[in-house]
Amino acid sequence: MIRITDLHLHRDGQPILHGIDANIPATGLTAVIGPNGAGKSSLLHCLAGLTAPDQGAVQVGNADIAKARPADRARMVALLTQSTPALPRLTVAELVAFGRWPHHRGRPTRADREIVAQSMDAFDLAGLAGRRVDTLSGGQRQRAFVAMAHAQSTPWMLLDEPLAALDPKYARDIMDRLHGLSRPGPDARGIIVVLHDLAMAARYADWVISLKDGRLVGNAPRSDVMTSEGLSALFESDIIVEDLRGRPVVVLA
Amino acid sequence: MANRRAIWLLLALLLASALYLAWGLRQPYGFILSLRGTRLAALALVGASVGAATVVFQTIVGNRLLTPGIVGVDAMFVLIQTTLILTLGGIGYTALPALPKFLIEAGCLAGAAMILFGAVLRAGAADMTRLVLTGVILGILLRGLTGFMQRILDPSEFAIAQASSVASFNAIDPVQLAIAAPLFAVALVFCLRLAPVLDVAALGRTHARALGVDHDRLVLLALALVASLVAISTALAGPITFLGLLAASLGGAMLPNWRHALLIPVAALTGALILVAGQFVFERLLGLQSTLAVIVEFLGGLVFLALVLKRRPI
Repeated sequence: MIRITDLHLHRDGQPILHGIDANIPATGLTAVIGPNGAGKSSLLHCLAGLTAPDQGAVQVGNADIAKARPADRARMVALLTQSTPALPRLTVAELVAFGRWPHHRGRPTRADREIVAQSMDAFDLAGLAGRRVDTLSGGQRQRAFVAMAHAQSTPWMLLDEPLAALDPKYARDIMDRLHGLSRPGPDARGIIVVLHDLAMAARYADWVISLKDGRLVGNAPRSDVMTSEGLSALFESDIIVEDLRGRPVVVLA
Repeated sequence: MANRRAIWLLLALLLASALYLAWGLRQPYGFILSLRGTRLAALALVGASVGAATVVFQTIVGNRLLTPGIVGVDAMFVLIQTTLILTLGGIGYTALPALPKFLIEAGCLAGAAMILFGAVLRAGAADMTRLVLTGVILGILLRGLTGFMQRILDPSEFAIAQASSVASFNAIDPVQLAIAAPLFAVALVFCLRLAPVLDVAALGRTHARALGVDHDRLVLLALALVASLVAISTALAGPITFLGLLAASLGGAMLPNWRHALLIPVAALTGALILVAGQFVFERLLGLQSTLAVIVEFLGGLVFLALVLKRRPI
């Protein structure tokens, strides 16, 4: 479980996060939603320990993530940020292999190579292993970066808007795979995804955290947070959540 | 494949070195070989230093266009030399023993380079335009300051300052070379030890940190190595602004990827080969002794322009 306690964050004197208190379940897929500027990415960076809060703490398991050593932190939480770098001449296999860095620190073992192969298989990249990352389509490229985070073999995977600029086919493909990884089982991961696409959040999330102006609005199972009233108030726009064949569907009124 | 290219490069450097030493050799062999040997060692050391330093610098700032020279280190060196001439006087400066002169210049330059890199990095390493502009403006500021100080010098001191501001391999001091060589070797070994983590750093600061790299510590360590390598080579022979860009770009183009374990030695070998082969052609074949630095600057400048116009930042 991730425990967030009284989290405050400021940037350039401006408050970004105000006293966030929340618990995130260790398995399942958690979606972080909210309007632009709500503090979603900042919260994710705090959860990954890349940004130290001004006040409060984030406990990942038993560890205060902000105080963990960089290598220990990267063995607990994998973070994929919004912007992925341009990487001329780097192959998919080389990119995914970077995910093992926190474990081998430059001296990869056979076990590391096997895990990289498993991550490539999990994201259907085996056929693209030798392809250069800068020659991939947007969907393939994003899948390669998610596979890199997967190869970190961390109990938690945090992804900041991994569906940005992807068409529905690729977006569903990535969410299907992440959802599969988060199902209870011996290799289950806790997946936390910042999502702008409410339809995807409604379709895949087990748990939803909603933020507005840096404050926590909702932190509960999807069905409790993603209601017509809740989403309309959160985004200040008429949004309807309907049930379609047992699944929630989000519609702009 | 990539390893084979590095071996070919090494063989080319050995061939160029042999030609430089043996071409037109005449009596007294021992004396001439010792003169040529000193100059050859300086050429190889300066080229390798600048090549390796540039690759590490480019990875840390996340930009394959920048070199320590472009962001103002060369202007800083000329300012330090002019300051020394102004404070010690022309005679005092030229009478300085080789050891303290090298240590003062290299030490001042290494310290100043660290401050300069800090200022440039604060300007925003990811913003290429801002970085280049900051470097160029710092360079103009330092050159302006140097120009002002040179106006105060008397004509003979001014001539000394002018001569020492251009890279030259014609009067390499063996004592300075003997100090520079082990320092260079130590710095290069440290650079190679950093090679695997530099591969991760090439993903960018956020990704590197997410993968468990202590990025701030790495930047400090890498910039200290870059400052040391640049200070050693510049104090030994003088500044050649675009040599690093030429060595890193040509070296990088030979390799299939940016793996630093190979990229650093290949850029070092390329830098050494450019200077040794260039000096051989100009000194032995064309009989021109002082145009190599100018040609390197000219070609390096063209490569810089081509890369800028191509707009491929990494």
